[in-house]
Amino acid sequence: MAHKSDLIATDIQAYLKSHEHKSLLRFITCGSVDDGKSTLIGRLLYESKMIFEDQLTVLEADSKKVGTQGGELDFALLVDGLAAEREQGITIDVAYRFFSTDRRKFIVADTPGHEQYTRNMVTGASTADVAVILIDARKGVLTQTRRHSYIVSLIGIKHVVLAINKMDLVGYSQQTFDKIVAEYREFAAQIGLTNIVPVPLSALRGDNMLERSSATNWYQGPTLMEYLETVEIDDDLQQRPFRLPVQWVNRPNQDFRGFAGTIASGSIRKGDTIRALPSGRTSKVARIVTHDGDLEQAVAGQSITLTLTDEVDISRGDVIAAAASPPAVADQFQATIIWMHEEAMLPGRPYLIKLGSRTVTGSITTPKYKVNVNTLEHLAAKQLELNEIGVCNLSLDRAVAFDPYTDNRETGGFILIDKISNDTVGAGLLSFALRRAENIHWQALDVNKHARAGLKGQRACVLWFTGLSGAGKSTIANLVEKRLHSLGRHTYTLDGDNVRHGLNKDLGFTDADRVENIRRVAEVSKLMVDAGLIVLVSFISPFRSERRLARDLMQQGEFFEVFVDTPLEEAEKRDPKGLYKKARRGELQNFTGITSPYEAPEHPEIHLRTALSSPEAAAEEIMNRLRDAGMLYPADELSGL
Amino acid sequence: MLYSIGKDSAVMLHLAMKAFYPAKPPFPLLHVDTTWKFRDMIAFRDKLTQDLGLQLLVHINQDGLDRGIGPFTHGSAVHTDVMKTQGLKQALDKYGFDAAFGGARRDEEKSRAKERVFSFRSAQHRWDPKRQRPELWNQYNARKNKGESLRVFPLSNWTELDIWQYIYLENIPIVPLYYAARRPVVRRDGTLIMVDDDRMPLRPGEQPEMKSVRFRTLGCYPLTGAIESEAATLPEIIQEMLLTTSSERQGRVIDHDSAASMEKKKQEGYF
Repeated sequence: MAHKSDLIATDIQAYLKSHEHKSLLRFITCGSVDDGKSTLIGRLLYESKMIFEDQLTVLEADSKKVGTQGGELDFALLVDGLAAEREQGITIDVAYRFFSTDRRKFIVADTPGHEQYTRNMVTGASTADVAVILIDARKGVLTQTRRHSYIVSLIGIKHVVLAINKMDLVGYSQQTFDKIVAEYREFAAQIGLTNIVPVPLSALRGDNMLERSSATNWYQGPTLMEYLETVEIDDDLQQRPFRLPVQWVNRPNQDFRGFAGTIASGSIRKGDTIRALPSGRTSKVARIVTHDGDLEQAVAGQSITLTLTDEVDISRGDVIAAAASPPAVADQFQATIIWMHEEAMLPGRPYLIKLGSRTVTGSITTPKYKVNVNTLEHLAAKQLELNEIGVCNLSLDRAVAFDPYTDNRETGGFILIDKISNDTVGAGLLSFALRRAENIHWQALDVNKHARAGLKGQRACVLWFTGLSGAGKSTIANLVEKRLHSLGRHTYTLDGDNVRHGLNKDLGFTDADRVENIRRVAEVSKLMVDAGLIVLVSFISPFRSERRLARDLMQQGEFFEVFVDTPLEEAEKRDPKGLYKKARRGELQNFTGITSPYEAPEHPEIHLRTALSSPEAAAEEIMNRLRDAGMLYPADELSGL
Repeated sequence: MLYSIGKDSAVMLHLAMKAFYPAKPPFPLLHVDTTWKFRDMIAFRDKLTQDLGLQLLVHINQDGLDRGIGPFTHGSAVHTDVMKTQGLKQALDKYGFDAAFGGARRDEEKSRAKERVFSFRSAQHRWDPKRQRPELWNQYNARKNKGESLRVFPLSNWTELDIWQYIYLENIPIVPLYYAARRPVVRRDGTLIMVDDDRMPLRPGEQPEMKSVRFRTLGCYPLTGAIESEAATLPEIIQEMLLTTSSERQGRVIDHDSAASMEKKKQEGYF
C-alpha cells in the first residue's frame, strides 16, 4: 500500500503510533452505475494512493480494452470485482473496499443501486456510519434517490453526504446545485434524515473530491474527503445500559466458569450487579477475564469473559445486562421486515430467527402493510416478495431479551433463516413488544372471538343477504361459501328455509313471528361470530327494522348487509320455487313483493345488481370486499399453519 | 482452523488463543501440506503448535504424491490444483468439518472483496458468488445441511497494514522468512526464486547466488517470489510494505493466469 505520509520514510515508529490511533469510518455509497458510483470509489482509492503499480498496469490495459472513457483510466474497473459484473457493467453484490489517509481508516461498502438489489443495499448499510448518496446533477432527485434515502433512514444511518456528481456536465451551476439540495432537504425531513451535507462533485474530473475545485468558487463546504475524514460519529453505545449477548460458556476446568462475548453496549466494572436474561437472576461481576490479564472495566466493542460471584445458570444466547436497567423480555413484537429471498415470506410459516447470539423459532403474521420503497406509500400486502419491506407482527416460541432497533442495532436487529434451505431469507428491525411481558411469566392469550378467528386466518363477520325471493341470495351465498371453504376458511350458512325446518319451525308468517324469526337468526349468527366463523345469512328479511336489529347485535365492522337487488319482474320470471305463481293465485299470504312490502336497504355494505352481472361475478365482488375489509388473511399464510 | 503458517494465519491463531482464554481453542489446526513448502515454514509450524499445546492435523494428497505431482514437473496450475485445492477437499471430507476458519482478507483481491465472513460451500466445496447469503450487522448464519460446509474468515475486514501492525503490537511470532536475510536465489522469468532444497532443477546457466531477500507472502517455495530487501525488523518490513509500489499478491505466480483467475479458483474450492 502506497500511503503518502512523509512519516513513513522518515520515522516509521511515529507513523505506526499515529496509525494505531486512527479511527475507523465505515460508509456506504448509494447510487447506480450511471451516477458514477464506481468512478467515485475508484477515484477515492486512486487519489489516496491505494492503487499499486501492478494494479495500475492492469487498469490501463483494461481501460483500453473494456473501458468507457475512450482509453482514459476508467476507475470504475477498479471496483467491479466479479467476472459477471465486468461483463454486464453492473455491480451485483456488496463489495468492501479499504483505504486510509493520514487521519482515518475507511471501509466502503459498495452496493448496487437498482431496486432489485435493495437487499444488497440493506446489507451494506447495516454496518455503515455514513451514507454517500449520489445524484446525477443533470437528473436531480430521482425515485431511486428517495429509495436509497429511505433505506438509509430505516437502517439508522444518521450522517448523509449528498454527493451531487457530474457537476462538470451542468457547467458547475450553483443554481442547479441549490435547487437539488432544496428539493432533497424537503424530502429528507419527511423521513427523519436531518444531518445532511451536500457536496458538488465531479468524480470523473476530481472536483471537490480531495481538493477544492476552482470551478465551484461559490461552494464553501468541505470536499468529500474532508468530510469523511472529520465527520464525528456520535457513538453513544458506551453511554447506553450494559448488554453482553453470551456467545459461549467458557469452562476449561471445574474451577472456572466464564461467560464470553462482545459487549454490545455500555460498560461494566468489577463488582457491578448484573441481571441475566431471560431468567432474571442477578449476581455480581467477580472478574473481567482476558488473555492479557484481568480488567477493572470493559466497554462496548470489547470481547471479554465475565465470571460471577454466584452460580447462575446462563447459556449461549442469554443476555447479561446492567441489573438496574435490563432490556425488555418478550415473545411477541412489532417489527419491520426486509425480505431478501426469491421465495416470498409466508405469514404463519415457521422461520428461524437469530437475534444477538440467540436462535429461536418464530412466525410472522400478515404484514400490516408494506412500504413502496419509491414513494413511501403504505400498501396492503398479503406477503412480502424479494426486496419488499413491510411492518409485521412477530411471534417467537420463547421469550427473548431485546432492545428496540433504534436504541441498539446489536440487540434489536435480527435475521430470518429458512428452516429447510438454511438460507438467510430476511432481516428485521424490532420496534416494540406487543404485550408487556417484562415480568417474564407467559400469560395465556384469552381465547376469544379474535383468537378463534385467527386460527382460521380470518376475522369473524356476518354476510347478511337480503332481497326478494328468487333474487339469487342463496345461489350467491353458496358460491361465496364454496370460495371461502376452498381457501381454508371456516364458514356457516344460515338459510331461511332450512332454519324454519328446525330452530324456527314453531314460527309462522305473522309480523310478530317474522320479527322473532329474525331475532333468533340474528342471535345464532352472533354466537357463530363469537365462535370465529364467517356466517352467511340468506333471508329475505324485508323490513329495515329487522335488519337493523341484527346489525345492532354485532360489533362495528362485523356486519355486511348484502343487498341482492333483482327487479320484481325478473325475480317473478325466474320463480325457481313457483312461489310467485302461488302468490299471484292468492294461495300464499304476506308474500314479499306481491302482498307484503320489501323495504330496500338504504346503505347496504354491498349492493349487487343481479340484472347486470352473473352470480359468479357477484360472489367475486363479495370476496373482494371481504379482502379489502381485512376479514381474510392472505390465502398463502394458511399453508404454513 | 486452516493454518497455512503465514502471517495471516499467525494473527488468526493468536486471536483464537485470546478469544477462548483461559480455555484452549476447541478445534484442531489443519495444514494442507503440498510437500513444497519452505523448510523454515514446517519447522516453525511444528514448534509453534507444540509450544501452544494445540492439536495439528497435517494432510498431504497421497494420490498426488504417488503421481509425482510437483510445480517443476507439472507447472503451477496443476500442482496448486492437485496438491492444494484437491488436498484441502480431501482433508475436509476426511474429517467432516462443518466449518473451517481461513485467514483470507477482502483487501487481497477483487473477487475476495465480495466474500462473506461466513461463506457457504456446497457439498462439492463450491463457492457460488451469485448465491451468497446476505450478511447483516454481526449476525452470522452458520446453519447448513449435512455434507455442506462453511468457510469462516474472521480477518475479512483487516488490511495488510492492520495485520502487520497487529503482529508488531502483540509481538506475534512469524516465520523468519518474512525478515530479510542472505538466502540462495536464482532469477527465473523475472522472479527471484529461493533454492530451498535440492529438488529444484537448475536451468542451464542458472547459478544460485546469495542475496539479502525476504518474502511478502509464503507458499510453495518454487511458486513464491522473493524481494530484495534489507528489512530485518518489523518496523522496517512495515515501512518497506508501505512504500512499495506493487501489491502483495504480485509475487504469487498463480494469480496471473487471467483477470478472473482467483474467482475461478475460489469457485473450484481454492482458498
